[in-house]
Amino acid sequence: MAEIRNYTMNFGPQHPAAHGVLRLVLELDGEVVKRADPHIGLLHRATEKLAENKTYLQSVPYMDRLDYVSMMVNEHAYVMAIEKLLQIEVPIRAQYIRVMFDEITRILNHLLWIGAHALDVGAMTMFLYAFREREDLMDCYEAVSGARLHAAYYRPGGVYRDLPDTMPKYQSSKIHSEKETRIRNANREGTLLDFIEDFTNRFPTYVDEYETLLTDNRIWKQRLVDIGVVSPERAKALGFTGPMLRGSGVEWDLRKKQPYEVYDRLDFDIPVGVNGDCYDRYLVRMEEFRQSNRIIKQCVDWLRKNPGPVITDNHKVAPPSRVDMKQNMEEMIHHFKLFTEGFHVPPGEAYVAVEHPKGEFGIYLVSNGANKPYRLKIRAPGFAHLAALDEMSRGHMISDVVAIIGTQDIVFGEIDR
Amino acid sequence: MSTTQLENLAAALKGVLGDKLVGLQTHFGEITIIVRAEDIITACTNLRDNSQLRFDTLIDLCGIDYSTYGDELSAKHGLRNKRFAVIYHLLSVEKNYRLRVRVLTENNEFPVVDSVTEIWPTANWFEREAFDLYGVIFTGHPDLRRLLTDYGFIGNPFRKDFPITGHVEMRYDAEQKRVIYQPVTIEPREITPLVIREEHYGDCES
Repeated sequence: MAEIRNYTMNFGPQHPAAHGVLRLVLELDGEVVKRADPHIGLLHRATEKLAENKTYLQSVPYMDRLDYVSMMVNEHAYVMAIEKLLQIEVPIRAQYIRVMFDEITRILNHLLWIGAHALDVGAMTMFLYAFREREDLMDCYEAVSGARLHAAYYRPGGVYRDLPDTMPKYQSSKIHSEKETRIRNANREGTLLDFIEDFTNRFPTYVDEYETLLTDNRIWKQRLVDIGVVSPERAKALGFTGPMLRGSGVEWDLRKKQPYEVYDRLDFDIPVGVNGDCYDRYLVRMEEFRQSNRIIKQCVDWLRKNPGPVITDNHKVAPPSRVDMKQNMEEMIHHFKLFTEGFHVPPGEAYVAVEHPKGEFGIYLVSNGANKPYRLKIRAPGFAHLAALDEMSRGHMISDVVAIIGTQDIVFGEIDR
Repeated sequence: MSTTQLENLAAALKGVLGDKLVGLQTHFGEITIIVRAEDIITACTNLRDNSQLRFDTLIDLCGIDYSTYGDELSAKHGLRNKRFAVIYHLLSVEKNYRLRVRVLTENNEFPVVDSVTEIWPTANWFEREAFDLYGVIFTGHPDLRRLLTDYGFIGNPFRKDFPITGHVEMRYDAEQKRVIYQPVTIEPREITPLVIREEHYGDCES
């Protein structure tokens, strides 16, 4: 009899389906995976250690770079942890703005996920569709913060500034005639809120388009149904959160169960899967598109009617306005101290978790009363999910590993930190 | 968590853990308990299986180096001289509880804690991370390897005595035609100094 030997194969770190820098050592028996050993840390930047050497405010942009497809939600957990330790109130309008941008971010994240996941499985078109919509949402990011990706928009005590009254417009050029430019600018004539509302009116149709392409597609179902099945008990033991846990049929969403900001005032539903396979997780995320869209609509309505401050007036934490700073000695000192020394956070420890598009994103902050954190621990949802890759992919074919990585919505910025 | 929930949880913890519970503190609506390192397995099994608690998910596990700071809770129980601790964040999906468990290791030179991978399998990678970054040994862990740092890395980078610049840097050597490691050439610098103000600093006299 011929000697049968298991193959060991290196998957990544430079593989288009590895979603970044995942080095996966696969032990194969023919095409069947016997063991998967992910090697991570190729994008390790020691964010937590760097944060110990920066003032609280200086670390906000680092949070964008954790999960670089859902930037503002990462900031949200971080600023909420600081606010909890400082015990400061955030103006209600800022809370609505944060919730609205959290949901915009959720759509942004899921769009990238569906694009990349479908591309891995073999549906090229989805990627192009998803990026068309991402473009509009990143314009919202740009209008409000000046940056398309790494916004640094949420600040301890509120948000950096109020929503702008105008949207940046396209300009005509050799390629785009004036008439064409006018059509492209049609939804950019009003305020940012008008632009977002226009998007929320269009978006459900787009989700229908995606579903037409995928939900009943025979190839899509063959690749996803009954792949990577996780039972509800196992999902909890493996530390799954977010759509990964809900896909297994556990009704758990921090926005409902431990509401933060204004989520308890908004009306939305939590989709839950049945079988706990990749297809159910896909359906859960598709429904989250629609629910996020609903939340954004409600926030837009509220924000239109209720003007007000967007950052706390406690100038020990938030900077004073430019005019006050230039005319008033006390505000000048506040500004100077805030941006040189930074604010001090009273000693103590706090853990704050938000419902990140990928699961529970938590910040554990220990302060010793200084202007820098004593210890910052980032609880990334993808870390626990990727740790379960071995268990989820055992006994599956090697091509299913790609589908499982896709369904886990892996982003290395947050896993390696 | 609401106040009644916190009181229920605190009472349940006292009842279930008994003398295994060294300290308990409620702050910002979060409960922190201290458990001795030798009791961690029995305590965690109770926390998971007791019908009043049901902590079915280990949300987070991390190491911490208390060498330059210790909080009141540790000081109250005479544990301020302990350098390393492991922090467990537990979540009960069923009861909607959260809990933080702090375990201070006995030996400051060679921190050892029992592994909880048997209780929550998700602890596997979290413990590898704490081992990598803080050098905490988890006995009974099935596969305690470094996780985040480079292959062949020396030291525990998140300890407070490890410089932020590290000890070695990597560069391409044109003569040897390969990538080499050498001692770091950058000077350590601090742009914003660390300042701890005394209490009530800057308050106006009334």
